Amino acid sequence: MRHIIAVLLENEAGALSRVAGLFSARGYNIESLTVAPTDDPTLSRMTLVTNGNEEIVEQIKKQLNKLIDTVKVFDLTEGPHIEREMMMIKVRAAGENREELKRLADIFRAKIIDVTDTSYVVELTGASKKLDAFIDAVPTGLIVEVVRSGPTGIARGDKGLTL
Amino acid sequence: MDMNGVDLSGAEIVVQALIDEGVEYVFGYPGGAVLHMYDALFKQDQVKHILVRHEQAAAHAADGYARATGRCGVCLVTSGPGATNAVTGIATAYMDSIPMVCISGQVPTPVIGSDAFQEVDTVGITRPCVKHNFLVKDVRDLATTLRKAFYIAMTGRPGPVVVDIPKDVTDPNIKIPYHYPREIQMRSYQPIERGHLGQIKRAVELMLQAKRPVLYTGGGVVLGEAAAQLTELARLTGFPLTSTLMGLGAYPMTDPQFIGMLGMHGTYEANMAMHETDVLIAIGARFDDRVTGKIEHFCPHAKIVHVDVDPSSISKNVRVDVPIVGQVASVLTDMLGLWKEQAPASTGRPVADWWAKIEEWRRVDCLHYDRHSDKIKPQFAVETLYQVTKGDLYLTSDVGQHQMFAAQFYPFDKPRRWINSGGLGTMGFGLPAAMGVQLAFPQAQVACISGEASILMCIQEMATCQQYKLPIKVVLLNNGYMGMVRQWQEFFYESRYSNSYVDALPDFVKLAESFGHVGMRVERPADLAAAMQEAFAMKDRFVFLDVVVDPTENVYPMIAAGKGQHEMHLPPSLSDRELA
Repeated sequence: MRHIIAVLLENEAGALSRVAGLFSARGYNIESLTVAPTDDPTLSRMTLVTNGNEEIVEQIKKQLNKLIDTVKVFDLTEGPHIEREMMMIKVRAAGENREELKRLADIFRAKIIDVTDTSYVVELTGASKKLDAFIDAVPTGLIVEVVRSGPTGIARGDKGLTL
Repeated sequence: MDMNGVDLSGAEIVVQALIDEGVEYVFGYPGGAVLHMYDALFKQDQVKHILVRHEQAAAHAADGYARATGRCGVCLVTSGPGATNAVTGIATAYMDSIPMVCISGQVPTPVIGSDAFQEVDTVGITRPCVKHNFLVKDVRDLATTLRKAFYIAMTGRPGPVVVDIPKDVTDPNIKIPYHYPREIQMRSYQPIERGHLGQIKRAVELMLQAKRPVLYTGGGVVLGEAAAQLTELARLTGFPLTSTLMGLGAYPMTDPQFIGMLGMHGTYEANMAMHETDVLIAIGARFDDRVTGKIEHFCPHAKIVHVDVDPSSISKNVRVDVPIVGQVASVLTDMLGLWKEQAPASTGRPVADWWAKIEEWRRVDCLHYDRHSDKIKPQFAVETLYQVTKGDLYLTSDVGQHQMFAAQFYPFDKPRRWINSGGLGTMGFGLPAAMGVQLAFPQAQVACISGEASILMCIQEMATCQQYKLPIKVVLLNNGYMGMVRQWQEFFYESRYSNSYVDALPDFVKLAESFGHVGMRVERPADLAAAMQEAFAMKDRFVFLDVVVDPTENVYPMIAAGKGQHEMHLPPSLSDRELA
C-alpha cells in the first residue's frame, strides 16, 4: 500500500542524507521525497511517499524515528488528509494543438504560466493521480518536459504536526 | 579543577571534555589533522593516550574497554586513512550496540570538499555504521557537541558516535570560554526508560499460563546491566534459559537452568526447546538470522514476548505478540514485582514435564567430541583453558570456529567476561579488544582466543602490548585453515577448499619473541594444561600460546543457513543414535 509519511527533522546539515541513506541501506522503496524548512527555521518538514506491506511500513516509521535528527514521524495515510503535488509541464502548442491544450488545461483547472509561439508551460496542482491523468490526457508526442515536486500532505482537522 | 569559564582552544576543549567525562584512556594514532589535539594531550596527564599501531585497533580497543567496563570507549584518529581504517572498528561496535565516541580529525573547513590531502567525507562514510555523527565547523559548538556525543553513545540502545573535527576548529591560537554542559536535552532524542505496565502485565499473564516457556536472552541484558534481575526472574519462574552469543554470562552458564547457547551453533536442547516452546520471552535479543534460522520454522508454537530498548528491533524479523519497549533492567524489575504478586496463587506449576523433556534432549550430549584423540581437539583446548583459569577470565575472541568453541565450552558465570564481535563478525577484533580490557582491569586475567587467520589481521598490536606491558595471553587454536570457511566448504562445496588454507604461516613463537614477548607452542594434548598454567603464571608477561589443533575438527551442532531450528547437524560420532 502507498503511504505518505511526514517527518519533522532538525534542520541540520546532513539530515536529508540520513533519511535517504536509511532507505537505500535497508532496501525500502521510496517514490518521492520533498523537504523544506518550516515556519520554525530550526525544523525541516519532509514528506515521503513509500510503498510496502504493513510490516515494512511499520519498520520504516520506526527506523525514521530512530534517527537522532528526527523529531516526529506521522503517517498521513492513517487518517483523513489532503495530498497535493505541483507539476510544471512544457508542451508543444502549435497549430490545432494550441487550442486543444488550452481546453485541457481549463478542464483540469491548470494554469498556463508561460507562452511562446510554439509552446506552453502548464502549472497544475493536485493529488498525484490528477497529475498523472493530465499527463495521460496530453496527446502523444506533445510533451517536451515534465517537472513534478513530489507530493506533500497535511492532515485534515484542527490538530497539527508540531512540537 | 573546574575549567568552566576558562579560555581554551578547540584542542584544549576536546581534552578538557574528555577529562570532564571521566575518560581514562583514549586509543589513538596521530596524524596531520589531529596534531593540535595531540599537543593538548601532551600537556596534561589526566587522560592517558594509548598509541595503537593501526586505527582499526584503536576502535577495537576502545570497544573492548567499553564491553568490559560498561563505560564509553574513546578513540582518536586522523583524517582520511585514519578515519577509514577506523571504520571496521566503528561498524563492529555499531552492530553490537557498544557505546563509543570516535573523534576524527578533518582537513580545515576552508578546504573541505576540495579533495585536500588526507581528506575523506568521514561523516558520509560512517553514517550507516554509527548511532549518530557530527561535523563540528565552529569551535563554539565543540563542547556541547562532545557532550551530546557521549550522551547519545551511552543512553537508549548504545552505539558509536563519530565527532569529526576540522583542524582549524582546534587551532591553538583561537580561545573561547569553556562551558561544558552537565545535562543535555534534545527534543529529537528521548530514550525510553520504563516499559508499559499494561504490556508487562500481559507478559506475566502469558508466563503464568505457559506450559513450555523459554527465556531467550541477548546482549541487551549485558548492555542494560540487568544480569541480577534476569537471574532473579529465572530463579523465581524456574524457566529454562538460553542465550545468544552476545548474552553469554548474563546468567551463570554453569547453572543447570541454563540450557546452552541457541542458534546456528547452539545446543540441541536449546534449539529444540525453542522449536517446542509455547511462550517465548525474548529479553534484549534481536532475533538475528544466526538465531532464528529459517523464519518460517522459528518457534512455530509460541506466543512471543519481546523486551527491547529499541522499538525498531521489535517485530523487525519476527512478529511478536507482546512488545515491551524499555530498559531491560527497569522492565524486568516491574515484571518481577508483578510475578511476585501473582505467582503464589499458582505454585506447583506444571513446567516439570517440560524440564523432563529438556533433560531428555540434554542427554543427547550434542557437544560430544573425541576426548581420546592424539591430536589436540579445539574443544579440549577451551575446556583446559577453563580449568586452568578456574573460570575467572576476561576472554576476548576473534571470529570463526575458535569463537564458537569458546562460546560452547567456556561457561561464563558473569556478564562482560565474554567479549567478541557477534554482529559484524570482525576477524582481528580479539587482540586489540583484549588491550582495552587489560587496561581497564590491570590485575585481571585477560586472554584472547584466536585462530591463525584472525590473529594475523591485527598482529601489529603485539607492539602496543609491549609498549604498555599488557600481560595478555593469546591462545591460538592453530589448525592451519580458516576453520569456519573450511567447514562450510566441506559441507556445502564438496570439500573444495578454495583459498581457506593459510599457507606460509609465520613461526608464531619467534614472531612473539621478536616483539619482546614470550612465545610457546604446544602440539600434544598431554602438554596443554601445563603449558597454559605456565603461561598464566607469567603475570606480567604477554604470552603467545600457539596450540596446534586437529585441522579437520568441525563445530557442531550446526543449523545450515536457511534451515529451521530443529534441523541440526549433530557431531558425526552421534549420528547413529536415535534422536528424540
